Amino acid sequence: MLTAEDKKLIQQVWGKLAGSEEDVGSETLWRMFHAYPPTKTYFPHFDLSQGSDQIRGHGKKVVAALGTAIKNLDNLSQALSELSNLHAYNLLAVLSPVFALQFLAQCLQVVLAVRLGKEYTPEVHSAVDKFMSAVAAVLAEKYR
Amino acid sequence: MVHWSAEEKQLIAGLWGKVNVEECGAEALARLLIVYPWTQRFFASFGNLSSPTAIIGNPKVRAHGKKVLTSFGDAIKNLDNIKGTYSKLSELHCDKLHVDPENFRLLGDILVIVLASHFGRDFTPACQFAWQKLVSVVAHALARKYH
Repeated sequence: MLTAEDKKLIQQVWGKLAGSEEDVGSETLWRMFHAYPPTKTYFPHFDLSQGSDQIRGHGKKVVAALGTAIKNLDNLSQALSELSNLHAYNLLAVLSPVFALQFLAQCLQVVLAVRLGKEYTPEVHSAVDKFMSAVAAVLAEKYR
Repeated sequence: MVHWSAEEKQLIAGLWGKVNVEECGAEALARLLIVYPWTQRFFASFGNLSSPTAIIGNPKVRAHGKKVLTSFGDAIKNLDNIKGTYSKLSELHCDKLHVDPENFRLLGDILVIVLASHFGRDFTPACQFAWQKLVSVVAHALARKYH
């Protein structure tokens, strides 16, 4: 699914974020909660106010997981296996995983586009879109 | 009928005033064809779509992108009647063009990303919310006359 060129572009883009991963994570989540209010239903136990420690903390986790995935693009299924189990078995409240993850993917792309401007070329956009689809598919693997 | 708050209307109109319709329209359509290559089947008569470079430079893609985004402008002028604004276009996309409405949602999301890349930090989360709502309403209106 991901070509060699896609993988290169993804790794390059991620490299450009070095140092701002935490901000990217928390902005992505904040945008997701803001643009798609129903996604807040998955976090009833969180303080969802802007800049909350929980959003920052969770954003950091999400970005770290994506970073791991990017280091293991040839074996996403195994790299994300624990997370896949967690989402499937422990986070049972999630009703529509693929759907919800689409919103996260869209917001991550918006954050990248905001930060990278013209550097977020159609080729990079395409590679990241494919990557996020692959991640969503792996995370949803164990749901049924 | 969709309800738009004063703030949402302001965020939409405010950004729209700064949008270069020709550039953004061309870019959004080109990205649709690049990121979701199956959409190219609807544009078989457009000539060379063989690579991202070819697509971005294709004059028919640019012209059509401008047309599509210009029609968005009509929706923005008629936020209280988007259904009516897109009624004929909906019939066209169903009866003549045979486009799966899912593709409207994809184009809408791409447009949001294009705006984000052009406006950077000015494309705030509140702005994104208003625009995601707009593209969703437009996609819905375009799908409405399908049968």
